[in-house]
Amino acid sequence: MSKELRIIGFLCNWCSYGGADTAGVGRFTQPTDLRIVRLPCSGRIDPLFVLKTLTGGADGVLVSGCHPRDCHYSEGNFYARRRLEMVKRFLPVIGIDPGRFEYTWVSASEGQRWQTVVRGFTEQIHALGPIQRFGKDAAATAAQLAASHA
Amino acid sequence: MKIGVFICHCGSNIAGTVDVAKVAEMAKSLPEVAFASDTMYACSEPGQEGIIGAIKEMGLDGAVVASCTPRMHGPTFMRTVARAGLNPYMFEMANIREHVSWIGKDKEANTAKALDLVRMAVAKLARNKPLFAKSFAINKRVLVLGGGVAGIQAALDCADGGLEVVLVEKTTTIGGKMAKLDKTFPTVDCSCCILGPKMVDVAQHPNITLYASAEVDEVNGYVGNFQVKVRKKPTYVDWKLCTGCGACLEKCPSKKSPDLFNELVGTTTAINIPFPQAIPKKASIDAGSCIKFKTGKCGICAKVCPVKAINYEMEPEIVTEEVGAVIAATGYDLMDWTVYEQYGGGRYKDVITSLQYERLLSASGPTGGHIKRPSDGKEPKTVVFIQCVGSRDKSVGRPYCSGFCCMYTAKQAILTKDHIPDSESYVFYMDIRAPGKMYDEFTRRAMEEYGAKYVRGRVSMVYPSGGRYVVRGVDTLAGTQVEVEADLVVLAVGAEGATGAAHLAEKLRISYDAYGFYMESHPKLKPVETNTAGVYVAGCVQGPKDIPTSVAQGSAAAAKVLALFSKDQLQSDPQVSSVDLKRCVGCMKCAMTCPFGAIKEQEVRGEIKAQVIETMCQGCGLCTATCPQGAIQLQHFTDNQILAEVNALLASELEETQG
Repeated sequence: MSKELRIIGFLCNWCSYGGADTAGVGRFTQPTDLRIVRLPCSGRIDPLFVLKTLTGGADGVLVSGCHPRDCHYSEGNFYARRRLEMVKRFLPVIGIDPGRFEYTWVSASEGQRWQTVVRGFTEQIHALGPIQRFGKDAAATAAQLAASHA
Repeated sequence: MKIGVFICHCGSNIAGTVDVAKVAEMAKSLPEVAFASDTMYACSEPGQEGIIGAIKEMGLDGAVVASCTPRMHGPTFMRTVARAGLNPYMFEMANIREHVSWIGKDKEANTAKALDLVRMAVAKLARNKPLFAKSFAINKRVLVLGGGVAGIQAALDCADGGLEVVLVEKTTTIGGKMAKLDKTFPTVDCSCCILGPKMVDVAQHPNITLYASAEVDEVNGYVGNFQVKVRKKPTYVDWKLCTGCGACLEKCPSKKSPDLFNELVGTTTAINIPFPQAIPKKASIDAGSCIKFKTGKCGICAKVCPVKAINYEMEPEIVTEEVGAVIAATGYDLMDWTVYEQYGGGRYKDVITSLQYERLLSASGPTGGHIKRPSDGKEPKTVVFIQCVGSRDKSVGRPYCSGFCCMYTAKQAILTKDHIPDSESYVFYMDIRAPGKMYDEFTRRAMEEYGAKYVRGRVSMVYPSGGRYVVRGVDTLAGTQVEVEADLVVLAVGAEGATGAAHLAEKLRISYDAYGFYMESHPKLKPVETNTAGVYVAGCVQGPKDIPTSVAQGSAAAAKVLALFSKDQLQSDPQVSSVDLKRCVGCMKCAMTCPFGAIKEQEVRGEIKAQVIETMCQGCGLCTATCPQGAIQLQHFTDNQILAEVNALLASELEETQG
């Protein structure tokens, strides 16, 4: 794979962070682009985190939590699912390819699945290439937005 | 703020693929970092002393340890930091082992990633605040779910330890799978003779409340203070009155009801007591087979009952129990063997499961302990056992070894010879897994002393032929195909999570795997704990295991509960939400989303504001992501802290591209 891109993962502590740990313990080789931010629950994720991360220059954002119905806090991931689905649909509105953001569910026992998710998402981001940054100057941003809506 | 950064080599685990010295060197250049070093084993005693020494000498305000996952050693290092005189929450961890050194070998990329993770941890720690735990009272009662041998052991140990125990069993009797077994390996002692007395102990123990024929509807609360709704299913017999005399069983005209206890081998009456040693020894009506329920006529049992215990109008009853801990011991179920169409399971009457065979062997079973073929009641002379049916078979989604099948098959081969001395047994196996004490010796006895013929290889198909069955397989040691004519075929069916186990796990807020087994907190070091405080697992609910291991786990879970209850007060986790009253507009959206009911309204100078009940808050942060004002913040995971991590990472990349 070419030069690393900036991929940020927001992971819940109980399932997906554990799944990423399981993948590590099992020595499931993965691309190195992804950096993980640990949160207590996918329900803790404010949709704005995703947007701020992408507009701040990240090339991709991955969110992973417990499988629906299998939440340490019983219903956090249901809230997450609803909010994150909205984010996914909102991204094109602000000129960001929705492929730069994915949310998924990986349990603590699914080390192998985590490897597949990371490989797949990293490949997907590399196919999209580095993100175009907003805000270098207002005119450029306007042109960028206009182009994305055309 | 003066932050210290400690990079762990973890021997060669990290240092092998991360340039740890370079990470430490680069960490020193971060503005908040006052001290950085690398250390061979941060978690070792000298490693921890080194951290404490540096904190004291340099007057550090907080520490970042870059080593393994915080799920492993987070608490270890929090204690270290506390021993150095800091608040334990002035600590952050960067996971550079599981998430870096163990998933790739590119040293340069790994070093860059490790540095990024350190940078993120430092950025977060710079915004950490000291947090303080609150104390709360605990309810020293325990709920045990499942009355199999693991649940029985757990309940008895807790009760002997002086705790009040509520034991909930979904069927009408405790005993579980073990009660269905005839003999147990490798001692060949009678299963019910060793289990029966324990079951009686449960019934007689003053500290145990037993709800048989009951299930858990709802679990609320948290460690020390769970509220559990138990649904007592109607048995249509008032158990307070029923003496278990059995008069109703004798007169019941519906004698062809499916006998669940006997694994559907043989039939029973619609009103029945599952087996002679049943606890509680009370009758119950199977509404699905009862003539009274189906046609409205009959009612004989009500007429013959000497104590007038029959009540056809019985309704489910909900009982609420308050407990401080829960032990889940709901066991396993057999995998659905009928997916193996080539073996004819479910179609050929004389192809049965090992558990069904166990009932044929049992003196309290439908044949009184005489081995008879289900099809014609004849005594089989050739019995073929097929192992690994639903174990170690990826093609049916059961790639794991169920562990006990090799042993019970050997036992059944031995018992077959005991019951029918002129019989022959064949065992088709993949490998023999007999790692327990006296286990391998036992399987050898089956072969050498009892003459069971072990054939290494899989069976391709079973088909009927002239009243018998042809079992066609391969002998991989001889390298030939083999065909055996059998009178009876016994499938050693593997185990999977019990029906409904996943649903129960969701109620308990614990994780389960793809096969329905519950996940322990750590596969090696926390085998009976779960990731939900106050909830423990015992027995086959965690994965297939034999009786000794189930009993050991039952006792282990009980020991954990007794240790938990050895204090009168528990400390709550201080990583809870807190409300900024100036920002809060009292919309109470946070209270609506809180799964724990931990947010209440309060009135502050005539205005409605949210208030967090700190001992009830579990720290998920749902409220924080919900609050339109950003007024309620989950401490230790505030918006600012999370975004600081993100920004630390993004800033680093910008520098690179600009530079």
